Amino acid sequence: MTDLVLEPNIDRPDDLYADLLEAHEGLDEAASAALNARLILVLANHVGDRELFRAALAAARNAGA
Amino acid sequence: MTRIFETPLYPYARSRDQDAQATIRHPVIVAGAGPVGLAAAIDLAQQGVPVVVLDENDRVSHGSRAICFSKRTLEIADRLGFGEQLVQKGVRWNLGKVFFGDRKVYEFNLLPEEGHRRPAFINLQQYHLEHDMVSRLRQLQAAGAPIDLRGRNRVTAVVPHPDHVSLTIETPEGPYALEADWLIACDGAGSPVREMLGMGFTGRVFEDNFLIADVTMQADFPTERWFWFDPPFNPGQSALLHKQPDGIWRIDLQLGHGIDRKRETEPERVKARLRQMLGPEVDFELEWVSIYSFQCRRMERFREGRVIFAGDAAHQVSPFGARGANSGFQDTDNLCWKIKLVLDGTAPETLLDSYTAERIQAADENILNSTRSTDFITPKSANSRMFRDAVLDLSAAYPFARPLVNSGRLSLPCTHDDSPINGPDGLADGPSRTRPGSACPDAPLASGDYLLDQLGNGFTLMGLATDAPGISGLRVVDPGGRITPQLRARYLGDESSALYLIRPDQHVAARWSTADDATVEATLARVKAGG
Repeated sequence: MTDLVLEPNIDRPDDLYADLLEAHEGLDEAASAALNARLILVLANHVGDRELFRAALAAARNAGA
Repeated sequence: MTRIFETPLYPYARSRDQDAQATIRHPVIVAGAGPVGLAAAIDLAQQGVPVVVLDENDRVSHGSRAICFSKRTLEIADRLGFGEQLVQKGVRWNLGKVFFGDRKVYEFNLLPEEGHRRPAFINLQQYHLEHDMVSRLRQLQAAGAPIDLRGRNRVTAVVPHPDHVSLTIETPEGPYALEADWLIACDGAGSPVREMLGMGFTGRVFEDNFLIADVTMQADFPTERWFWFDPPFNPGQSALLHKQPDGIWRIDLQLGHGIDRKRETEPERVKARLRQMLGPEVDFELEWVSIYSFQCRRMERFREGRVIFAGDAAHQVSPFGARGANSGFQDTDNLCWKIKLVLDGTAPETLLDSYTAERIQAADENILNSTRSTDFITPKSANSRMFRDAVLDLSAAYPFARPLVNSGRLSLPCTHDDSPINGPDGLADGPSRTRPGSACPDAPLASGDYLLDQLGNGFTLMGLATDAPGISGLRVVDPGGRITPQLRARYLGDESSALYLIRPDQHVAARWSTADDATVEATLARVKAGG
């Protein structure tokens, strides 16, 4: 399994972050949540590997307050 | 028209046992003449074991109920002598459509694997299946098989003893007593036998109610399975449309929680719902309506001394994936040869512990699968609904999301990987699907016959590109001449030879590339001893 990348890996991070915000612009809370859900599924399919996905889930959970 | 399920098929008749001076003991009594009880009785009688079936009713089940019978069930039915009738009558389908809201999101073709005698599954009303099973039972009876089906014989008391079970049975002419060396309880989800023994039945309760209707339609609906998530005619819920024989369609509508059952089954109300679903131009007649809810649960163990539980009595699943009746058939398929060996005195009672081990593994697998389907079909939280809807939206646009859509996962036989009675896997590069514990997949033979027709009822040895040693009590199956490509792919893989030891229920007990007499004999002895 490829290790989950937790070091900086995004070229021009500000641009990517702006893309994310822009995609949600004008959406109400429900539509925004639905978009996120679809996005997670698209990315999960790209990752494919269940162990890697579980590592990503754990990383997201660990960073929460 | 008198419907098949309104006619007594095995009416009450006084048995000699009711007039006996001393209580009669039978080797095996089966409680319940549903599909699972009848399968147990036919299997045992076919092997020469005397069996009495007791049923509180005297006719086949009311309405279509279980309607999908899987390939494995058809293969078991073939071994029991009534598979052909089912397949002749049953409806086959390969095309499915999935709808979300007011649009079709995708359709799929099951593309069943080639080289099997039987289809992946058929749709058939449970009453037709039961009718065919009773006919098979009568056929065995006529040929002298020791099998007795007693209608309107209700078990009212069960007392277990170390070496037998005492029963009290209520009939229209009053009660009588019987004893059995073994009692097989196939008396359904509400199992009175289980209740009488005070045995637990724990698991997860689902509160959703489903309306099921059998409908005759003149419309030219195609032979396809249609599944709706959140359709306009049943907002926030689901719906399923399936074709059955005799121009009858089966419709399942999810109704949600806290409904008024009486009101929901009023014919006018049901018809109004169906008109919304089928469109105003479709003429239909209502044959049968019922409401069900379900639980996913199982008993902690399937055997309590001389009482053994099978089918819904032992485990209950949600209907998604057709895992109820189908797993019940696999229960008795697994059980009957073991009981036969124990009754014959050629195996210790501990062999029956492998029944519990193997079928609990299967029940857990079925409960896991059907619970996951249920969670997808009836999301239990806002968040779970959000992901469900995201999957459905994506499935319309991208193939990747379609495998995530879960409207029921097809019932496949469980592979008993950690079974105590598995022998060695001496075929390092052999196909994974035929490792010990697997149900043998079918394959065509060079003769034009199918493999599974050559297997079962007793222990069998099959040699591929190697001679099977001749061992007393072991039938040898010769695949005959050329090894067909399917047989090679399913049983040889990259190996140059293979020897399979196959159980009476057509499961692989052990396999080697080659083995001598002593190795095979020792393995067989270990399997019979319960591992």
